[in-house]
Amino acid sequence: MTTDSILLGLAGVLAAAAPIIFAAIGETLAERSGVINLSVNGTILLAAMGGFAVAVTIDNLLLGCLAGMLVGALVALVVAFSSITLRQSQVAVGFVLALMCRDLAYFLGNPYMGLSGPRIPSWPIPVLSEIPILGPLLFRQDILTYLSYVLIIVAWLWIFKTRPGLILQGVGERPAAAFVRGANVNRTRYLYTILGGALVGLAGPTYSLSVKAGWKGTISGLDGIGWIALAITIFGGWNPIRVAFGAYLFALLQWLGLVLQPSLPGIPSQVLQVAPFPLMILALLIVNIGNTEWVERVLATLPESARKLIARLLRSLRASPPASLGVPFEQE
Amino acid sequence: MHVELIGIHKYFGNVHASDDIHMTIPSGAIHAILGENGAGKSTLMKVLSGFIQADQGEIRLDGKPVIIHSPADAIHHGIGMLHQDPLDFPPMKVIDNFLVGSPGKPIPNRKNVIRSLEELQKEFDFTIDLNAYMDTLTVGERQQLEILRLLWLGAQVLILDEPTTGISAPQKVKLFDTLRILAGQGKTVIFVSHKLEDVESLCTKVSVLRRGKLVGEVEPPFDIDELVTMMFGKVVSLGKRAVVEQGQAILELKHFSVEDYRMRLSEVDLQVHAGEVIGLAGMEGSGQLLFLQTCAGIHRPITGQLMLNNQDLTGKSYHTFVNLGVRYVPASRMEEGLIPGLSLTEHFVLAGEQTKPFVDWAASEKTADERIVEFNIHGKPTTMVEDLSGGNQQRALLALLRTPLSLILMEHPTRGLDVESSIYIWSKLKERCRQGSAILFISADLDEILHYSDRILVFYSGKVSPPLNAMETTVDQLGQLIGGKGWPSTGSWQPAEAG
Repeated sequence: MTTDSILLGLAGVLAAAAPIIFAAIGETLAERSGVINLSVNGTILLAAMGGFAVAVTIDNLLLGCLAGMLVGALVALVVAFSSITLRQSQVAVGFVLALMCRDLAYFLGNPYMGLSGPRIPSWPIPVLSEIPILGPLLFRQDILTYLSYVLIIVAWLWIFKTRPGLILQGVGERPAAAFVRGANVNRTRYLYTILGGALVGLAGPTYSLSVKAGWKGTISGLDGIGWIALAITIFGGWNPIRVAFGAYLFALLQWLGLVLQPSLPGIPSQVLQVAPFPLMILALLIVNIGNTEWVERVLATLPESARKLIARLLRSLRASPPASLGVPFEQE
Repeated sequence: MHVELIGIHKYFGNVHASDDIHMTIPSGAIHAILGENGAGKSTLMKVLSGFIQADQGEIRLDGKPVIIHSPADAIHHGIGMLHQDPLDFPPMKVIDNFLVGSPGKPIPNRKNVIRSLEELQKEFDFTIDLNAYMDTLTVGERQQLEILRLLWLGAQVLILDEPTTGISAPQKVKLFDTLRILAGQGKTVIFVSHKLEDVESLCTKVSVLRRGKLVGEVEPPFDIDELVTMMFGKVVSLGKRAVVEQGQAILELKHFSVEDYRMRLSEVDLQVHAGEVIGLAGMEGSGQLLFLQTCAGIHRPITGQLMLNNQDLTGKSYHTFVNLGVRYVPASRMEEGLIPGLSLTEHFVLAGEQTKPFVDWAASEKTADERIVEFNIHGKPTTMVEDLSGGNQQRALLALLRTPLSLILMEHPTRGLDVESSIYIWSKLKERCRQGSAILFISADLDEILHYSDRILVFYSGKVSPPLNAMETTVDQLGQLIGGKGWPSTGSWQPAEAG
């Protein structure tokens, strides 16, 4: 393999991670406020189909993307209304929506199967794209991939560095305390659930208009991505930067599966295609291993210096979910 | 700020929680609201701090009538409330915790905020690292932070709900100093409590509530007996020290060392006899909980031996400990002790011997009825545990302990309970001692430790004192040891220094 083809491949990894970043950061925002939107997998499919249908029908890429976001926002509105206002189980509602939206996408998407549609063009950024190595890697992408870079940084700054972001954290952590400090808990939850849903929705057109352009129904290869995005939200400890790292890792593993296939003829191709999923589970395990008692016991047998180092490493990786995740807020 | 409550009424269903309360609290006062659990203290303070609205009546601040819509609204009016369990955000950093909900530009200038907070800290001699994480702080430190936060937001009236529960003796001294400084600055301090000694040593006036009514207001010097009579309608005292004859050794620790990631307790030797009560004293997080839980079989000692009734249990599972008659009663009643959503009967069924696959509900309800009467629980067999008051929950927890037991390990057995409930709980525990159980308990209440223990172990940042005879130890000595004074600097413990 030449350096150029490796660079091209890695650039492809960054682009392929963009929709996962949209979905996982959208979910991060919702969960930070205390609402689990489990519908992600179905939402992505329905938004991919819807965005593609709109873009094909009226030949407008921007409206296609907005349509996908609208689909995501509407599904999230159902989750928010049923869990915040009607106080129903977020898990049950979200799960049913995940299944329903997926089937709806396949059913409503029939007329658009296999149509050739518009595709978001790549847009090399002048000057920056000429930088050796970094240029071809980062700056010869399409607008959605650039948007994914921006989203990572903006979401991180928003959550950790701004007052509204601190309120968001507070609402998901301890709504009673946030309420005492003047936050409108339920309104905050509605807002971030819907905003997060719109970002999950954007993941759909990012696939159907860019990463895997077109709509091919059940063989689109999108089914399952939403569940991975949910796992990455947890793996990323509800922190946009770590979430992005998880998304890139997953996209990288998928790419390696494709690249390594010819050089490893002994291994069936299915194994390499499926490998990213168990590897993700393994990564999840390693990140959260510090929470278990047997690790503490094993660590206790190690020499002092090694134990301290490993313990510190594990603690820095450890992340606890927002304490009120999934719990409705009731004012006294 | 001059606070007036005029004819406040509040109903919850049929319960008249606040019944025509009139109260005037001038600025510069440290005013106590005294009453037993359920007397209506919390309701009245929730009305004043905007959590709930009164059904009738008026609040005046500096003579002006105000309507307080929410807690956030209350702080705009200058009223801040410090809750018993500080309402903060444990996984956040101290500085971020301050900024949540604070007014200002969307992107706060952390440097400026830190500087102004450091200045405020100096005023009260607080030394909290503003970059630490909240969950590494003690309850006392979290309280200090809440006080700072409320002052920083401009509170002129500070309401403190049972602030001395769960904090150490030195932290209490610090808290009281702080409150006196605030009163000196002309702020109004309202101190909600059922602890007579705290009220006596701190407050400039006391309002006593009983069953929603204001039964009287008293100024110093306080007559404790009079206050008690007002609170309960009759006189109670801790009573005589119960003397229980001691039997054979139940628990034996030999060169016992335990460790978690924070600290290590080394080489503890202890023999506990049947009928004996051992109090574990120390600031929260000094190792006493680790010690207690290791005796319960939840953690394993790293070295040494743990013998129960002459049987070596070192490294055995929690299940084995339970089967051999060891019971651990945690402090968080609703989180670890009882199961919300289940009735009293269901709890007794779960705690009982399970031999048949189906539950005999008729018989179970009968047993539950008997226990409810025996333990004076205000509830029915069908009552859900979450609907019981704190004292009744604690009595239910005790009623759930099977007989006979060898060793009972309790964490804060009477925390948050009023005097009468505490006395009742201890009479039941002493009864257990007479039946041959040994008891180890943790408490932050020094009087409780001294009055009910036979011997005391003091914990101070991972160090353990030898057992002290409770009859020969004074509150002052105990308080100093807890605060780290009077410990030998090196080498072994000198019995003389233990007093």
